[in-house]
Amino acid sequence: MKLHEIAHSRSGDKGDTSNISVIAFDMRDFSFLAEHVTADFVADHFGDTITGAVTRYELPALGALNFVLTGALGGGVVRSLALDTHGKSLSSALLELDLPDKGALSGSP
Amino acid sequence: MRTIRIGSGAGYSGDRIEPAIELAESGNLDYLVFECLAERTIALAQQDRLRDPQGGFDPLLADRMKAVLPICRRNGVKIITNMGAANPVAAAQATRDIAKALGLTGLKVAAVTGDDVLEQARASDVALDEGGSVKALGNRVISANAYTGAAPIAEALAGGADVVITGRAADPALFLGPLVHEFDWAMDDWELLGKGTMVGHLLECAGQITGGYFADPGVKDVQGLARLGFPIGEVREDGDLVVTKVTGSGGQITRATVTEQLLYEIHDPTRYYQPDVVADFSQVRVEEVGPDRVRVTGGSGAPKTGFLKTSVGYLDSYIGEGEISYAGANAAARGRLALDIVRERLALTGVKMTESRFDLIGVNALHGGGLAEGRDPYEVRVRVAARTETLAEAVKIGNEVETLYTNGPAGGGGAWKSAREIVGVASALLPESVVTPSVTFMDG
Repeated sequence: MKLHEIAHSRSGDKGDTSNISVIAFDMRDFSFLAEHVTADFVADHFGDTITGAVTRYELPALGALNFVLTGALGGGVVRSLALDTHGKSLSSALLELDLPDKGALSGSP
Repeated sequence: MRTIRIGSGAGYSGDRIEPAIELAESGNLDYLVFECLAERTIALAQQDRLRDPQGGFDPLLADRMKAVLPICRRNGVKIITNMGAANPVAAAQATRDIAKALGLTGLKVAAVTGDDVLEQARASDVALDEGGSVKALGNRVISANAYTGAAPIAEALAGGADVVITGRAADPALFLGPLVHEFDWAMDDWELLGKGTMVGHLLECAGQITGGYFADPGVKDVQGLARLGFPIGEVREDGDLVVTKVTGSGGQITRATVTEQLLYEIHDPTRYYQPDVVADFSQVRVEEVGPDRVRVTGGSGAPKTGFLKTSVGYLDSYIGEGEISYAGANAAARGRLALDIVRERLALTGVKMTESRFDLIGVNALHGGGLAEGRDPYEVRVRVAARTETLAEAVKIGNEVETLYTNGPAGGGGAWKSAREIVGVASALLPESVVTPSVTFMDG
């Protein structure tokens, strides 16, 4: 299962740091997200396209996680050589994350 | 309990103007806010001001003011904007002149200044978050602007301003200012200031909360993006917020659009640093209460740090770029050959670069090759970008891509090149005691 099947996402930029939210379509999937979408897993997913650390913040009231990736924007939006200097498309990359099948958990109250 | 209606008329400098007109006409607004100032914009504006002492403010100021001033006057809507950029006083004079030309007499325009802290930054030789110091940058420094807060905006409104024009005010402060003024919130009521900051944070990117930067066909469908409505915040005296928009405008406001925007550009949600407060969004709740009506509660805050984020603009480097496209069978292989040729040519001709990248748009330009799953697309676009220390060297980058037309792989088309100067922006913290905002009134 891909992350985009159960969550949506938006990325934002501050200097050379990108933040990427992961928001459950269904609030009941939050604990599944919290269990599987760890900071280490996200760091592995992006590999050497980021040079810094990944920090995760949990927002259960919103059914959301917030990932903060340092060294993610090629030196920052104003001087990066990258095509997507803001990292606007990083949310789409994160949503490609492979997760274990949610299976019987789906739709359970 | 009293409620104030604030519309968001722009999310960035180049944003659409019609949604702001729609808000002014039909939004039943008390305030219309235009947030138009990105991190680098003010440094570029400072360069404009050095060339023209009456310049250095937002190039779309006149278009926006001509479009909304008569309507706002008729409907009693006050305007707040950071379109003053590097020259709020000149922007206020220009606005007053536009009002006069439109026959709108007696309009009071206020300019908020004091964010230009270049002298203070040089005097204190402040350290930069990215390493180094203002002193080390020497004569490459072109600007230093501190993010100012809500108080001078509230002061301008208390003085009777119909239009308030700032420079580098913090984006949320453009919204917090009128709330502080209208509801007489104390500047040490951290919880209310936190809630007001949340209001500003949610509204400041305009269309990004009403369905812009959101649509994904078949997954997250949004109707009417070509005539997207911009948001209205209905803010109660106790700081509770309902986000809505003009009935019949395009887009949508849902739990999903609001939650995405709540976390946009947020790091630690318990510590959102602002000039007036450290806002806390960690306990916020988002609830759909009607069609295109979303209630947002639970924002909070902690005491401000006493330091102001300051953006230091400096002459950084030059970037040269070139692109060219290949299509059909073996397109990606020809694209890779093209990149190899340019790489070799840049080495052969001794072009001096401090950093470079060689992308195949359609394959690996956005996120590296790892996520592309090895599938070759029908068409690819070669992109070479490099940083150089002079414009002359930067020009050579695009030239080496362009010469692929006659010297490179088969079927290369649509070559494009550019070379430009890069103004960098570094961040520093200045004690708020060295920053003195002030308000200048101009009667029309």
